[in-house]
Amino acid sequence: MRYEVRLSGAGGQGMILAGVILAEAAAIYDDKNATQSQSYGPEARGGASKSEVIISDEDIFYPKATNIDLLLALTQEACQKYVGDLKPDGILVIDEDLVQTIPDGTFSVFRVPITKIAQEKVGKVIVANIVALGVIVGLSKVVSETAIESAVLARVPRGTEDLNRKALRAGFEAVKDLSK
Amino acid sequence: MSNKIKPVFVQGNHACVLGALKAGCRFFAGYPITPSSEIAEILAIELPKIGGRFIQMEDEIAAMGAVIGASLTGMKALTATSGPGFSLKQENIGYAVMTEVPCVIVNVQRGGMSTGLPTQSAQGDVLQSRWGTHGDHEIIVLTPSTIPEIYRLTIRAFNLAEKYRTPVILLLDEIIGHMREVLVEYDDADVERIERVRPDCPPDQYLPFKPDETDIPPMADFGSGYRYHVTGLCHDETGFPTNDPVKIDKMMQRLNRKISRYTDDIVEYQLDGNSDAPVLLMAYGSSARSARQALRIGDERGISMSLFQPLTIWPFPETAFQAAAAGKKKIIVVEANAGQMKREIERLVNRDIQVQLIGSLNGEPIHPEKILLAAGEVG
Repeated sequence: MRYEVRLSGAGGQGMILAGVILAEAAAIYDDKNATQSQSYGPEARGGASKSEVIISDEDIFYPKATNIDLLLALTQEACQKYVGDLKPDGILVIDEDLVQTIPDGTFSVFRVPITKIAQEKVGKVIVANIVALGVIVGLSKVVSETAIESAVLARVPRGTEDLNRKALRAGFEAVKDLSK
Repeated sequence: MSNKIKPVFVQGNHACVLGALKAGCRFFAGYPITPSSEIAEILAIELPKIGGRFIQMEDEIAAMGAVIGASLTGMKALTATSGPGFSLKQENIGYAVMTEVPCVIVNVQRGGMSTGLPTQSAQGDVLQSRWGTHGDHEIIVLTPSTIPEIYRLTIRAFNLAEKYRTPVILLLDEIIGHMREVLVEYDDADVERIERVRPDCPPDQYLPFKPDETDIPPMADFGSGYRYHVTGLCHDETGFPTNDPVKIDKMMQRLNRKISRYTDDIVEYQLDGNSDAPVLLMAYGSSARSARQALRIGDERGISMSLFQPLTIWPFPETAFQAAAAGKKKIIVVEANAGQMKREIERLVNRDIQVQLIGSLNGEPIHPEKILLAAGEVG
């Protein structure tokens, strides 16, 4: 089974790192196959940025997402630009403070104040991408909670482990009553 | 064995670095350019730790010169670049061919001519990798498609360079250079590392370009007491220039023969799918990933195909390809360009066989459905 995740936002929001961590959780800690790829423009910050993760029991050949199971959008621009490939029964996760207009579709929409949680509950806006990972894993269960926590802790700078663990768990918490 | 080596989740460019270090590369000179910059960035950190040297030069031309100089002292040397930088390196690549200096050049292809599409992919340098430098020459070019393949073929690139005293080009593209997959590095004991043959005669009897029966002359390290002349001009066995047509012909014929006679050792390819199918796909690099996906979906839909994937694209595995193509109704060449290898394939096969291009010039990977559509047209 192939599961496709696209993480999107603006350059600088940490979407590429979040994608690397999610894929690493699957490939290194959950013993599945995973690839991660990204697309960004020549600018260093700003512009729509996306990171794609494919998780599968089979070998993964084509590394890009074309039939997306879960789309995370942290900006309105990214949401409009990338929603087209979302499956009719897929999951759209938006930051409710940053995305006002929800595109039409039959997919399930989860509105989560991701950046606000990072700022207010965790204490640093910079960990919004890790909060988002908690939300994604909480909703999709595409990797285990242990795997994503191990992957986060292995990737983040030394000394920030507690902050990032707190961010991840705040993400789990935000959707614990919403997940299917 | 390898079960004690932990898997890592790395970019293709990072896998290239790990392969280079594993092969014994201890020198890098380059000028950073997207999408190859991670190779320079990681080597700048790693090489000094193990006694190697990293140098960022003023441009790509100088970087290629530095790589040739380092190799002449006996080091395994690497440079990495992308389209615009690859164009700049061409003259010195020719110098390395002419002077038989082993070295590895990585080109992580990006879109377009000129500065083009820095952050997006293409396979538009396939013919430049073959004929980018002037003059009649042979060259070795490798085209991996996965992260483990990049690792393995980077090691192989160094081995081929040393064995045949030639520049070897590792042709990647933005998709596989930047995507991440799991890599399990090799145990040191399992790695074959080939070193250039060095002279065993005393320095005063050394003729630097006098081959033995292998056609590949032993190569002395600069600074080891063997003094010799190196020039891009046509030269005789002493290394000094010559205008003697007999000597020139002898040298030029040998330079080509020392690669062409070893084609069987150099070429590598993979053949998959149903060999009786009416359709054969030919794809390499990241396009081979699209082709493999099409092969799998085709199985589910009853569209039968096989896939020929060259891992050595130059010299092209002609004999193996002709065998794979025999009796086919259609060959679909999948490549992110306007048909550079399609023309090569047309040259190789019977004119009864239709050769169709599924190409791309927009920076995006080739969608497997495009391949399936073309394959489905065959009854």
